[in-house]
Amino acid sequence: MSTQTVQKRRSGIMEVWHRLKKSPMAVVGLILIAVLFIMAIFANVIAPFTYSKQNLMHAFESPSSAYIFGTDEFGRDIFSRIVYGARISLQVGFIAVGISMFIGGFLGAVAGYYGGKIDNTLMRVMDILLSIPSILLAIAIAASLGPGLFNLMIAVGISAIPNYARIVRGSVLSIRGQEFVEAAKAVGSSDLRIIFKHIIPNCLAPIIVQATLGVATAILTAAGLSFIGLGIQPPIPEWGAMLSGGRSYIRDYPYMTLFPGLAIMITILALNFVGDGLRDALDPKLKR
Amino acid sequence: MLKYIFRRVLSLIPVLIGVTFIVFSLLYLTPGDPARMVLGDQATEEAVQQFRVKEGLDDPFIVQFVRYVGKAAFKGDIGRSYVTKRPVSDEILSAFPSTIKLAAFSVIIAICLGIPFGIISAIKQYSLFDSITMFFALVGLSMPVFWLGLLLILLFSVRLGWFPSSGFDTFSAMVLPSVALSAQVIAIVTRMTRSSMLEVIRSDYIRTARAKGQTEGKVIWRHALGNALIPIVTIVGLQFGHLLGGAILTESIFSIPGVGRLMVEAIKMRDYPLVQGGVLYVAVAFSIVNLLVDLLYAFVDPRIKAQYR
Repeated sequence: MSTQTVQKRRSGIMEVWHRLKKSPMAVVGLILIAVLFIMAIFANVIAPFTYSKQNLMHAFESPSSAYIFGTDEFGRDIFSRIVYGARISLQVGFIAVGISMFIGGFLGAVAGYYGGKIDNTLMRVMDILLSIPSILLAIAIAASLGPGLFNLMIAVGISAIPNYARIVRGSVLSIRGQEFVEAAKAVGSSDLRIIFKHIIPNCLAPIIVQATLGVATAILTAAGLSFIGLGIQPPIPEWGAMLSGGRSYIRDYPYMTLFPGLAIMITILALNFVGDGLRDALDPKLKR
Repeated sequence: MLKYIFRRVLSLIPVLIGVTFIVFSLLYLTPGDPARMVLGDQATEEAVQQFRVKEGLDDPFIVQFVRYVGKAAFKGDIGRSYVTKRPVSDEILSAFPSTIKLAAFSVIIAICLGIPFGIISAIKQYSLFDSITMFFALVGLSMPVFWLGLLLILLFSVRLGWFPSSGFDTFSAMVLPSVALSAQVIAIVTRMTRSSMLEVIRSDYIRTARAKGQTEGKVIWRHALGNALIPIVTIVGLQFGHLLGGAILTESIFSIPGVGRLMVEAIKMRDYPLVQGGVLYVAVAFSIVNLLVDLLYAFVDPRIKAQYR
């Protein structure tokens, strides 16, 4: 029995992969994300300079063969900083989504599974959180936690919790009444086991799509927070902070704002490509 | 209908108390003494202590919270800014016009572009037009607004000198921020219009309308769009509500004295009453827009109108 389900699920994943492959946008997105990960992991090999190496003799140099994206006001190589910045952005994006998915998913599953008063209370709290725009919530949390990479992840992560709670709750509600859940109950499985072993695996599709798009949103929010000075502090090369630094020199050295912004956009675009592709690939309505 | 509105407004009360509680807790947990922040490093220990007593900062959390809610509910008083000493409501009201103008312009641009593009994309699904539109919609969705804003400033203000790069007093000053802010909304509206239209176009009554010889224009605009409108109205309302909360980043790039910038400054300065009041305003604005959207459904869809009794 159990081997059968395992086999079935694996073929399900292959099926999704097969459909995902057919979308050129999703493939491009996956390749771009792979490149970003390689950049992040091997930053010290790829980048010609370290992210903090200052060289005031070479400040404000336009893009050239030595500094392909130019240098900033301290003579730091912008290309190297962008390569190292991939580490920061990917970390923030994935860990923040991990936080919101874990907490939000758990709350949503509990609310949907137990229903009644627990459901009502939890969802009212989520509604309250949703009535504050997530960027404002993130700003307020970031301000109260103080600057820093870890705090940024927490702030961005917490601000997105309600979205996951809602999605998971909705899926759980639609699955809760099905026979296999009743069967599990009849066999005497504990509630936790039913939630984790039976319900969550069956509502993964919408969560995966939301998480992929959520990483994009998280990176964007984090960059926005750094842009207004509430995120990561210098000299750590965060793309949003780099943009904000280049802003003062936009008249004379526009390349300083051009490249970090491009890096953010390409990352978000790649994640959106994959997210859209996944949504179509996982949509049972489109199954042929 | 009136009864429905009344019920909705009533249900706002717990939400507002909840929002106040969350913000209160966040501010309470924030390290750093607001008194010290406001008075500056030069202030004497006595002055700081006096400020703390005067503002009730030494009272226990729950006392401060109940006092705030009581004053807000029964006197309509949400305090004075620590920094400017003006009433918080005045501060918010003076920032409000810029924010609502910016939000309205961006949403109008988004409706004018997003809906037609979405419709054409849906009618010509999988055509070249569709692919290009969807690609650009995704680009618009992925474009950080602060970067787009800077690029617009670079091109149209620094290079071409057509529009000013900051302020929000004249019409020409409003162009760049509205365009920057609308990019994402256009993308969202286009995508929503397309998917909503696609779902409707395949339904039986559209086939019926065509079969009875209705002109294609009428089929699309009356039969299809009319039925596809609900999700579009929802998403437009949601976006508008969010923008009313202050387009924080756009306002900061273009130096627009709106609610978003006010809030960021207040958070940075530890101006607690202003942060509190600002978040309350945002929650109220968002909820009112949501209510208006729900009422708008009744005009869009007569079936829903029947339920509002």
